[in-house]
Amino acid sequence: MAQVSMTVNGKAVSGEVEGRTLLVQFLRDQLRLTGTHVGCDTGQCGACVVHVDGEAVKACNMFAGEADGAEVTTIEGMANADGSLGTIQQAFQDHHGLQCGFCTPGMVMSAAALLKDNPNPSEAEIREYLEGNICRCTGYHNIVKAIQAASDAQ
Amino acid sequence: MPKDSGIGASSKRREDVRFLTGKGKYTDDMNVEGQAHCYILRSDVAHGTLDSVDTSAAADMPGVRGILTGEDFVEVGGLPCGWQVTDRFGEPMQEPKHPVIAHGKVRHVGDPIAVVVADTLAEARDAAEAIDVSITELSAVVDMAAALADGATKVHDDLTNNLCYDWGFVEENKDAVDEAIKGAHHVTTLELVNNRLVANPMEPRVAIGDYDASTNDHTLYTTSQNPHVIRLLMGAFVLGIPEHKLRVVAPDVGGGFGSKIYHYAEEAIVTVASKQFGCPVKWTSSRSEAFMSDAQGRDHVTKIELAMDENGKFLALRTDTMANMGAYLSTFSTCVPTWLHGTLMAGNYTTPLIYCNVKAVFTNTVPVDAYRGAGRPEATFQLERVIDMAAREMGIDPIELRMRNFVQPDQFPYQTPVAVVYDTGNYQGTMAKLLEVVDRDGFAARKAASAANGKLRGFGVASYIEACGIAPSSLVGALGARAGLYESATVRVNATGSISVMTGSHSHGQGHETTFAQVVSDMLGIEENAVEIVHGDTAKIPFGMGTYGSRSLAVGGSAMVKATEKIIKKATKIAAHLMEAAEVDVEFKDGQFSVAGTDKSVAWGEVCLAAYVPHNYPLEEIEPGLEESAFYDPANFTYPAGAYACEVEVDPDTGKVEICSFAAADDFGNVINPMIVEGQVHGGLAQGLGQALLENTVYDENGQLLTGSFMDYAMPRADDLPSFEVDHSSLTPCTHNPLGVKGCGEAGAIGSPPALVNAVIDALADKGVVHIDMPLSPSRVWAAMNQAG
Repeated sequence: MAQVSMTVNGKAVSGEVEGRTLLVQFLRDQLRLTGTHVGCDTGQCGACVVHVDGEAVKACNMFAGEADGAEVTTIEGMANADGSLGTIQQAFQDHHGLQCGFCTPGMVMSAAALLKDNPNPSEAEIREYLEGNICRCTGYHNIVKAIQAASDAQ
Repeated sequence: MPKDSGIGASSKRREDVRFLTGKGKYTDDMNVEGQAHCYILRSDVAHGTLDSVDTSAAADMPGVRGILTGEDFVEVGGLPCGWQVTDRFGEPMQEPKHPVIAHGKVRHVGDPIAVVVADTLAEARDAAEAIDVSITELSAVVDMAAALADGATKVHDDLTNNLCYDWGFVEENKDAVDEAIKGAHHVTTLELVNNRLVANPMEPRVAIGDYDASTNDHTLYTTSQNPHVIRLLMGAFVLGIPEHKLRVVAPDVGGGFGSKIYHYAEEAIVTVASKQFGCPVKWTSSRSEAFMSDAQGRDHVTKIELAMDENGKFLALRTDTMANMGAYLSTFSTCVPTWLHGTLMAGNYTTPLIYCNVKAVFTNTVPVDAYRGAGRPEATFQLERVIDMAAREMGIDPIELRMRNFVQPDQFPYQTPVAVVYDTGNYQGTMAKLLEVVDRDGFAARKAASAANGKLRGFGVASYIEACGIAPSSLVGALGARAGLYESATVRVNATGSISVMTGSHSHGQGHETTFAQVVSDMLGIEENAVEIVHGDTAKIPFGMGTYGSRSLAVGGSAMVKATEKIIKKATKIAAHLMEAAEVDVEFKDGQFSVAGTDKSVAWGEVCLAAYVPHNYPLEEIEPGLEESAFYDPANFTYPAGAYACEVEVDPDTGKVEICSFAAADDFGNVINPMIVEGQVHGGLAQGLGQALLENTVYDENGQLLTGSFMDYAMPRADDLPSFEVDHSSLTPCTHNPLGVKGCGEAGAIGSPPALVNAVIDALADKGVVHIDMPLSPSRVWAAMNQAG
């Protein structure tokens, strides 16, 4: 077991982890931040995407120990300070960009990373960027619309 | 002018806020105090005798609380099949026991062999590696035709052979169909495969068993589309737990698409383990486990023959299908290729004679059951493909050929030759709407432009009909269903006028919490936010049959409407008393009771308060309180229908298909929330196009699952799909339910595969290609182009 410390959603946290403990397990099981989801075991689905030091990362593809000292943002850290939905979250609600909600945290985190790098993406660029996030409910149609709307709103 | 609330409004979904902030509560997000975890050791061979399972070394591993094997379940029931099909000769289907944990034999890769319960999942998994399993591998039965051959290895030693049933429908029509085909001007014949799929909702299945020894109460938290059905099946048929001692909770569920209807072994495993080891026990499926333990979908091999006269009028239809059941009969597996498939073979057309033969086959593969559409996509695909092929052979435009054979608007109610009666529809109308949306006239120019770029362009259409709003209980009972398929709802008016609606329907992405509230608030003339929808917990909801077969609004919503009507009736009595008026003179509108022709009125809230504070109340006539329940059993199925168009470009050098555009014109009857309905269509289209273009479940000759992860099974990604054009304005309201609704959940997955394949075949027609089996991967398309002609 080893001690890890990191900042998650602006709050300093630490815990004991095994070498094999994944970042997503540390977030979900120890910090009880269950908004980050596990939808596969091959790094394909993207339900676990979080931001580590500002970059979108699949939290199932990273050991908790590797995030020692990092700044981590999860879906729980994406709302506005007053608790209202952030711009991207609001666009997902306005444009029905989610149905069952399971892939949604990863989608929102990926969308945020995309818009940071490319504030005005084309539809094709959005679709290509989302290659690593699988949604089974929406057919992506309204996710793309939501991200375009968030881009316009920003 | 679009409405901003109530029926017909695109109200934003209230459930989104918790999902968008990471506060959704899915089963895996739940942790019960003191819980242990379990890991299931599964068979890595498809067929073999289970000679021994030695758990002694594993039992001593760190953290292990106990281990279960097939021996522990010998005395309990098998996982039940909910539908008994009677074969052509009047005999019941062959129905093997489906043990909770394999005993004596393993019959598919993924069959559970042992369950380790330990303090942590990692410890359970470590200990499972120390279990010594001895299996003598037997030859596996994978191919359906080989499974039916004389002398084939049997999946179940105690059955006569691998044939579950040989079903004919309508058996009395068989000779007449044969005659009509023999004498017809032209017969088009097509042999095709409807590829096996994995539903893959993004949330893998999870189950937590929690037994309270002090009260003898069991609680099961599970990822289910129908918690009451699980309570009934597991309680009554498997473990013998009475319903009042078993609570089943299905909290937020991350998609289902059919795969979370069924009662699965893991639910019984955690329930037994919790009692046996004295702690709550949690099982969380990995995606790899899901591929070998969630029921799979489709997997039909079909020959279809369509007979026509010289004008292309359909005279008769004959189909011959082998349907894969997998190794065991999953809950609704047996009704999918029969009553959800044969009854839809008339499609949107007036074909007078139809005969459908289905042989259901056991193989050493994962069980197969309903997946979005369930039988209806299989029916639609073969029909819409053979019609397109017939149009080409007859030299008739494919849309014109459909138009000539559509049931006409004045023919409703229309009695098909395959038992069902379509109550209403307008197939010309949806086709005309589709042609408004797509620019078919401009296709020639677009094809020429593609050709100039070295690409082959194709245009394809398909019509579909489906039977939804499942289902009239007396009808399905006569056909072999071992359940009633009604729905229930309780509407509880609270003392201050807000409403709690308890519904047996279950939302796992469909947005019931929003849509159902729109209906009730509209009926009562109160704010949507004053209505709360409660679902997914057998302790809170009187009864329910759950969500599948596009039934929630048509059946569950109708129960809710009936209960709300009872509320209005009772509230009217109370209002009449308060206003000292005769009940017949009281009108209820926009949340206000008034006496016609006077200025007397009382508000909704005053009446509700009076019901709970009955100081001035007609106690001799009615009881205090304002809560009503209703059960609704539909009089008929509902029949959503539509027409879809797809345009593709094929790269002749690589065989890659690109979807240029996709348009859907649907008739869902009345629509409560257009935004949600359109979202359902988008999702269905993605799954149907995924089937047509990308997805395939492949076993090798030894029964090894080759497509066992997202690395190998091609899920549709954002850049595989276009944006969609969807329209549901050409509608005919359902005639037999109070909302006039038909259901929209499955349509996209039903209508889109043939539209896409028809478009690709259109693109390749000049190359002599007449058919390619799904998925239309680049290698298959390239091979077809280069082998044809």
